[in-house]
Amino acid sequence: MWDYNKNVMDHFLNPRNVGEVENPDGVGEVGNITCGDALKLTFKLDENGRIVEAKFQTFGCASAIASSSVLTEIVKGMTLEEAATVTNKDIVDVLGELPEEKMHCSVMGMEALQAAIANYRGEEVAAEADEDHEGRIVCKCFGVTDTKIRRVALENNLHNVEEIKNFTKAGGACGCCLDEIQQILDGIWKDREGAMQKEDPFAKMSVVQKVIKIQEVIDREIKPMLEKDGGSIEFVDFRDDKVQVRLQGRCAACPSAAVTLKHTVQAKLQEFISPLLTVENVK
Amino acid sequence: MTKEKRVIYFDNNATTAVDPEVFEEMRPYLTGLYGNPSSIHNFGGQVAFAVEKARAQVADLLGVKSVDSKGHHSEIIFTSCGTESDNAALFSAMFTCPKKNKFVVSKVEHPAVLNVAKELERRGCRVSYVPVDSRGRIDLQRLEEMVDEETAMVSIMWANNEIGNLYPVEEIAAIAHKYGALFHTDAVQAVGKVPVDMDNSAIDMLSISGHKLHAPKGVGILYVRRGQRFRPFMIGGHQENGRRGGTENVAGIVAMGKAAELAKAGLEHENTVVRALRDRLEKGIVDQVPTIRVNGDLEHRLPNTTSISFEFIEGESILMLMDQLGICASSGSACTTGSLEPSHVLRAMGLPYTAAHGTIRFSLSRYNTEEEVDFVVEHLPPIIARLRHISPYWKK
Repeated sequence: MWDYNKNVMDHFLNPRNVGEVENPDGVGEVGNITCGDALKLTFKLDENGRIVEAKFQTFGCASAIASSSVLTEIVKGMTLEEAATVTNKDIVDVLGELPEEKMHCSVMGMEALQAAIANYRGEEVAAEADEDHEGRIVCKCFGVTDTKIRRVALENNLHNVEEIKNFTKAGGACGCCLDEIQQILDGIWKDREGAMQKEDPFAKMSVVQKVIKIQEVIDREIKPMLEKDGGSIEFVDFRDDKVQVRLQGRCAACPSAAVTLKHTVQAKLQEFISPLLTVENVK
Repeated sequence: MTKEKRVIYFDNNATTAVDPEVFEEMRPYLTGLYGNPSSIHNFGGQVAFAVEKARAQVADLLGVKSVDSKGHHSEIIFTSCGTESDNAALFSAMFTCPKKNKFVVSKVEHPAVLNVAKELERRGCRVSYVPVDSRGRIDLQRLEEMVDEETAMVSIMWANNEIGNLYPVEEIAAIAHKYGALFHTDAVQAVGKVPVDMDNSAIDMLSISGHKLHAPKGVGILYVRRGQRFRPFMIGGHQENGRRGGTENVAGIVAMGKAAELAKAGLEHENTVVRALRDRLEKGIVDQVPTIRVNGDLEHRLPNTTSISFEFIEGESILMLMDQLGICASSGSACTTGSLEPSHVLRAMGLPYTAAHGTIRFSLSRYNTEEEVDFVVEHLPPIIARLRHISPYWKK
């Protein structure tokens, strides 16, 4: 038994905009009957290039129907540029929530919209038509490409195969591709972490090294500046990229202490150590 | 869900209502008569009598007359559920036939057998999975080709839970014995709906579940033919002649006994009244809804079950709209359970995906009425029409 919320039930029981727009400007069809859900989205533009009418036909479960219904409501009145930025998260936001296992229904909505826009623009649908290795099918049961897995993983911050299954269905049948999906995920998230670490040698340091570095910068770059104005600073603690300091002397009583903290102390620490650092004054 | 809301329960292959007589029978063992049947004192001993009475009631339903030296029907082992019984049967065969490492099961078995078979494979056994045709029937010749002298056990269900097919278990048992293999059958859906006569049967082991025949959940039975070697997979005390350790679920066992007695008395009713209700439901739907198919072996199936595929729409949506009217059924669709593929039974039958995703199982019981059937026949067609109107595949 699924715990669908009132909004999902409302859109399932009273779906908006069912059917096909006559003489549509864009048609998007995704999914197929083998996979267990499919969505056909049609829309019409007004003279200003805004979506004036959008209709759907869906083969699928309650959440697929609700996601489609919500999608047609979201895109009405949008320009195609605006519509192109709609993601599955927007659909989930309007619905309130979807069970984790049903997230793929919202992804299907997003894909139908993208397909319909591409159809209007006379483009091929990217993921499926891509000839290079980017569009390689990973999950053969549901025809899910590595491009789609990467895109959905990045958009929704997904890190494990179970989440990918819920959002794209990939790996949900025979399970042969689960290892490969994990490799794709490892790839994208390691790349990201790797890129961050390259830019930021500070992230690689041990806590002790970080503390020594912070103390050094405070003593060398910050303290002399504050002392010129009759103030001073003490390094108190460091955790989770947050530097705790205590402003002293005149600085402690200064009405613009907050400004000093951010524009002098934090700015210097970020300049000399890492942009990740933030500063907090403790009494 | 509120109590007042009308419920039309057509999901009796999932579970059944506890019969009020069954409940009254078990009630004392949940209150005053809480003794342990293994105790030496009379307070516990009287409970042991209740357990043996229940065993005799089950034996009567199964057509088991023979008793052991203590006068007990010790071929009947009480377990906790059908799944435990299936596990016990297959693992026992693995333990007691170390020189044979092959098993033969069908592709349409319940997960309680199918997944045990897969586990046996992981433990080094070989398993052959017997295919079925588009009506879910097993080709006996094909089955016989799979059984050989290396085969420890053949396990084929008596009745399929999803489509209701009845399998020729006696003939299959004979094939198994021809090659010296044991034969087990998961009879969870069959007992109470088809006559069972174990004293004149070739079946070696048979599993039953209490809650499928109006006893509560938490009690099952494994029948093991006298003289057959048996080794439990669960290790524990001396209960059930050392075949199933663990203090007896006395209330459940007493309930099981009463339910067995009522099932025997109701066998005729299942095959006349319940069958007629099922047929009325099926015909009503078939007459009114276009582009559907009734699944399974229509000549050889349970009297209470019908599996109908509504093409071009999806099962969960159908169930949810029926649920709005208080109608309870099940689907073979993927979406209802969170799995992404339609049921293994429908896939084994090669049912087209256009139909598999929209398959609904209605399973009736003695508590259903003609009025309920007519209500469903009246209210289901608009639900199907409504969903087909939404479906991109439905062309008027």
